[in-house]
Amino acid sequence: MKKKNFEESLKRLEEIIETLERGDLTLEESLEIFREGVELTKFCKEKINSAETEVKKLIKDMEGNFQLEILP
Amino acid sequence: MAEKIYTVSEITEEIKILLESNFFSLWVKGEVSNFNRHHSGHFYFSLKDKSAQIQCVMWRNKNIRLSFLLEDGMEVLARGRITVYEKSGKYQLEVDEIQPLGIGELQLAFEQLKRKLQEEGLFDQKFKKPLPVFPFRVGIVTSPTGAAVRDLISIMKRRFPPVEIILNPVRVQGEGAAEDIVRALREFNEWGEVDLIIVGRGGGSLEDLWAFNEEIVARAIFDSKIPVISAVGHEIDFSISDFVADKRAATPSAAAEIAVMDYRDIDSTLNNILKRLYMKMKSNFEQERERLKRIESNYYFRKPVDMIKQFSQQIDEVFNKLEKNFEFLIESNTNLLLQLEKRLSSLDPEKVLQRGYSICYKLPESFSVKDSKKRKEDDALKIKFYKGEIESKVYKVVN
Repeated sequence: MKKKNFEESLKRLEEIIETLERGDLTLEESLEIFREGVELTKFCKEKINSAETEVKKLIKDMEGNFQLEILP
Repeated sequence: MAEKIYTVSEITEEIKILLESNFFSLWVKGEVSNFNRHHSGHFYFSLKDKSAQIQCVMWRNKNIRLSFLLEDGMEVLARGRITVYEKSGKYQLEVDEIQPLGIGELQLAFEQLKRKLQEEGLFDQKFKKPLPVFPFRVGIVTSPTGAAVRDLISIMKRRFPPVEIILNPVRVQGEGAAEDIVRALREFNEWGEVDLIIVGRGGGSLEDLWAFNEEIVARAIFDSKIPVISAVGHEIDFSISDFVADKRAATPSAAAEIAVMDYRDIDSTLNNILKRLYMKMKSNFEQERERLKRIESNYYFRKPVDMIKQFSQQIDEVFNKLEKNFEFLIESNTNLLLQLEKRLSSLDPEKVLQRGYSICYKLPESFSVKDSKKRKEDDALKIKFYKGEIESKVYKVVN
């Protein structure tokens, strides 16, 4: 799910900053984690900046299945 | 003259006619007492004042339309007619309609339900679910045509473009509205794909907003596993659904603002995170440069000062670029930095000793010996290995 990834990414970002803050990594390790942080930030920025709001209608059909109808 | 003798039935019949034809429609004011709801659904009670009381009955088909609950001690105004029940010889007021005195009927119903649910604990803080911080899919339960749905959609769209809005259209007033709202809430829960539900409507009279004061709606909101924001009417209107929901919004517009964060705020938070990442990384590099300096000052063999300066300069350059464009760093500088790191470690005297070399110092001065010709027999020396040291004397200078 979208939401989960987003929230998890933010959580991971906090961890990364804390880890870098502790400063007990080798240069190679900190570069690696830094790179992960930058990637996650990019992912989050894309998530919130790219999409266009969609409005849909929830419909429950005769068999009890849910369907979405896109509203203009 | 013989007085007329009635049979019990005859006199009862006459009284019945007399009373029922004279009091076929009247209003009576009094206090409810001995209220009893029979299992058949009919209401039996008395109306009383200081010095009298009258038996009353309100049949089920009449009392089901009551929005509030009759209670002992309540001052009411009842409309009905007097009927005589021949079998027990009693007269009673057959009530068609009843209103609370001094307070509106709906207002009373509202207060009663509020008290009831409060006592049951439905409004307790401990049942309030936290709202999701970043809902990407929001369910809306409202009329598909009102101003409320327009406000909700446009504000959420503006604040958080990636949001997906799922509307479950319902009637929000009149017959069947409460049932519609309950169904929609249950469907969202059954479907389970929204992060948050907003239920509400725009402003109106207490009658218009009534569906949101119905017990079934309150219970459906309480039962929802998905967090619910209630947004009914205007600022001043409170509804039962507001009390039972996880969060009350004063208006539908306010609900939209509570539901989603402004994406610009999230964006600047992310920029802050990026900045912090850079700062931390930068300070890590600075530490690395410090290490370089230490190596430089401790270096026992050839002094690679130029090389170290070169590295420092390269690191500075990397950071200048980094501050301009982090992608550039990611794409092209990571490897460079890792190479630097590798080369740096090969300069570290510790690493050299590790490979089996050792360092020789002249004692007692402790400078490192670089030329054997300057040493003579019996000079004191200290030899440093990767692990441990030896003190010794020169036995013979070979060349």
